[in-house]
Amino acid sequence: MQYAALIYTAEAMDPAPGTPEGDEIFQRYWKFTQDITESGVNKGGEALHPSTAATTLRFRDGSLQVTDGPFAETKEQLGGFYLLEARDLDHAIEVASQIPAVETGCVELRPVWDFNAQ
Amino acid sequence: MTATRQAIEAVFREEHGLVLAGLIRYTGDFQLAEDALQDACVAALASWETSIPRNPAAWLTTAARRKAIDRVRRDRNLDSKYEAIGYMGSTALEPDEQVEVVEDDRLRLIFTCCHPAIGQEASVALTLRTVGGLSTPEIARAFLVSEATMAQRLVRVKRKIKTAGIPYRVPEPDELADRLPAVLAVIYLVFNEGYAASAGETHLRTPLTDEAIRLGTILDHLLPDQPEVIGLVSLMELHDARAATRVDAHGVPVLLPDQDRTKWDHDRIEAAVNRLDRAVALNSPGSYQIQAAIAALHAKAPDAEATDWPQIADLYRSLERFTDSKVVRLNHAVAVAMTGDRSGALAMIHAIDGLAGYPYLHAARAALLRDESRIDEAREAYEQAIGLTSGEPERVFLERKLEELGRQ
Repeated sequence: MQYAALIYTAEAMDPAPGTPEGDEIFQRYWKFTQDITESGVNKGGEALHPSTAATTLRFRDGSLQVTDGPFAETKEQLGGFYLLEARDLDHAIEVASQIPAVETGCVELRPVWDFNAQ
Repeated sequence: MTATRQAIEAVFREEHGLVLAGLIRYTGDFQLAEDALQDACVAALASWETSIPRNPAAWLTTAARRKAIDRVRRDRNLDSKYEAIGYMGSTALEPDEQVEVVEDDRLRLIFTCCHPAIGQEASVALTLRTVGGLSTPEIARAFLVSEATMAQRLVRVKRKIKTAGIPYRVPEPDELADRLPAVLAVIYLVFNEGYAASAGETHLRTPLTDEAIRLGTILDHLLPDQPEVIGLVSLMELHDARAATRVDAHGVPVLLPDQDRTKWDHDRIEAAVNRLDRAVALNSPGSYQIQAAIAALHAKAPDAEATDWPQIADLYRSLERFTDSKVVRLNHAVAVAMTGDRSGALAMIHAIDGLAGYPYLHAARAALLRDESRIDEAREAYEQAIGLTSGEPERVFLERKLEELGRQ
């Protein structure tokens, strides 16, 4: 089955690209992505720009409200995701626990709805 | 209820966990397995009237597998029906064939119910329902929630297991250290729930304390030589063997020094201590073994005076390395006080942060202050404890202590 591994980090603490720390994190993600691609687990994923670049839409009272920023101001924000093909939750946990963000932020595993089943 | 009916229900309860565990592996679906077992039990009630089969678990398993296939044929749409029957058909039955019951299935079931991705409250309910074979109304009564709430909790957790893809398997040996603590915590929670309620009426056929000991014993049988499993069973036995003297006839707590030790079950204590020795010999200490060792020292002592308090204080110090529980620090302080160092104990209690809302902290402090002849401070501490306690028997006990203080 497939799982979305949603990566949440405190953006203020994320190392900036171009710094040694930023390069190290980038290298680790690159290596992780390569590993899960080789093992056939990687079914896609993207890194997202910081939530300061986010735009949130709500249709309320007959009109579209467009606001600056993420849907909720929380300490940790969605920074990217992977789509993983795993045997079961234990397998998904084993794979996703290698995502660097588990050490500083957190990773949420959500099973992907399979509309072809049943 | 007729004697036959009672005998049949006793068999259902005894075999429930084992049969259900096998059915879950067979169907790959918690709910379907439970429904099919229900159907099989209804069938059994009718056909066992004359005699109960020699191997009831195999009978129920065989019947339930057929019922599961019936249900799939009835319930599902055509495409997925063939898929499900194909899955189950891989172990297709001949008409008179009886199915072998596999004990390992029960271990799989325990680890699935206590998977870390399931909330502890839900794990407890599901473990009691599936492994323990308690009915939903019984579990609801034990946890003081409505039947509807408990039924809902069980439905939600079964849905989570299915949609989240929580596997039905025993963790590999190298995963056990990570996975076993959650299982032991669930079992101990069941025990403590029963232990706390044992002063009142529980309306259960089997008390939760017995149920927890049974679950622990099953786990020890299925997963032998795990020191913490053995330690937990020993700990529960040591508590339970002394449970009768914890409260008086009115349900008011009796402190350890005042308990009638002749009423303790000394044979059971002996057996539990021997069990603990078996765990200790495996040379891998853990928090349940240490707690059992503390309980054993209490259980073997002829009275409070002759208790080996220095060793108990040492054991609490070791226990603090395994847990950051503030209650453990409080117990450590009390043990230190019993070695004679009351001012040291008071300083230790004073240093515990964030336990100010715990009535036992103030009660312990009050007793120490009283023994130090600091009566005004003792009175204040008892009053704080009374203000925080929610149980009526505890309140009666504390007010009695406060009254005694006034006479000093």
